[in-house]
Amino acid sequence: MTGIIEFIVLVFIVIGAFFTVVSAFGIIRLPDLYTRNHAASKSATLGVMSVLIGTFIYFYASGHSNTRLVLAIIFIFLTSPVGGHLINRAAYYTGVELWGKSSRDDLKGKVPVKK
Amino acid sequence: MAFQILLNFFIAFVWMFLKSDYSAATFSVGYLMGLGMLFLMRRFFESRFYLGKVWSVVYLILLFIKELIMANIDVLKIVLKPKLDFQPGIFEYRTGLKKDWEVTLLSNLITLTPGTLVVDVLENDEEKVLYIHAIHVPDADEAIDGIKNSFERAILEVSR
Repeated sequence: MTGIIEFIVLVFIVIGAFFTVVSAFGIIRLPDLYTRNHAASKSATLGVMSVLIGTFIYFYASGHSNTRLVLAIIFIFLTSPVGGHLINRAAYYTGVELWGKSSRDDLKGKVPVKK
Repeated sequence: MAFQILLNFFIAFVWMFLKSDYSAATFSVGYLMGLGMLFLMRRFFESRFYLGKVWSVVYLILLFIKELIMANIDVLKIVLKPKLDFQPGIFEYRTGLKKDWEVTLLSNLITLTPGTLVVDVLENDEEKVLYIHAIHVPDADEAIDGIKNSFERAILEVSR
């Protein structure tokens, strides 16, 4: 394996780990469920995907093309936004409050909310 | 669109039988020739020539990857800022898209774009209304314009 490929793999894995750490920070720091969900459903997606891409390139350079990793990337792409949306929706319908500083709520009164 | 692809495969198979050489190379040549034939005969199909559609799908994927990276940088800035001075909120977005798969695709794309997350999709009499949680609402109108101009147009281009 040449140095260039090793460097590319390194960049992908480091970026992925960094975004995963940032999303973990976001889950701790942000004030309410909805904003936390922003951090969890975005940064974690890109983080996991970059780690998987880095792994794929690493094994591809040493002669194995592991198609399962590509499939995993596609599945994460498809499922993670749906998961984020469903958590948000379930939270709204069970009456989880928005953060105090929120400025508007257009959905108020349009759906039945259980307290 | 599916009919045109099937026809193209059929032409490629006919070409393999004409040459009586059943290899991937002959199939590719036949497929390319079929592509040329379909292009010449495009006026007889109801939908447009399918390579245009393939291109708009590729464009949508590229747009999506770009927006995904932008979204992550945005969240990164918000999380690592020392002061939490953003104003979250839920705003509504009226979409002109009709079919279920288009709305699903649009809400998936919105969820992975900068600072927006779909909370609910309600069906009014004619149109579907998306309720979007934005992490910083003063940008909401800008975000609506951005979604309308980029994603909705790209999805319409695919389904045309």
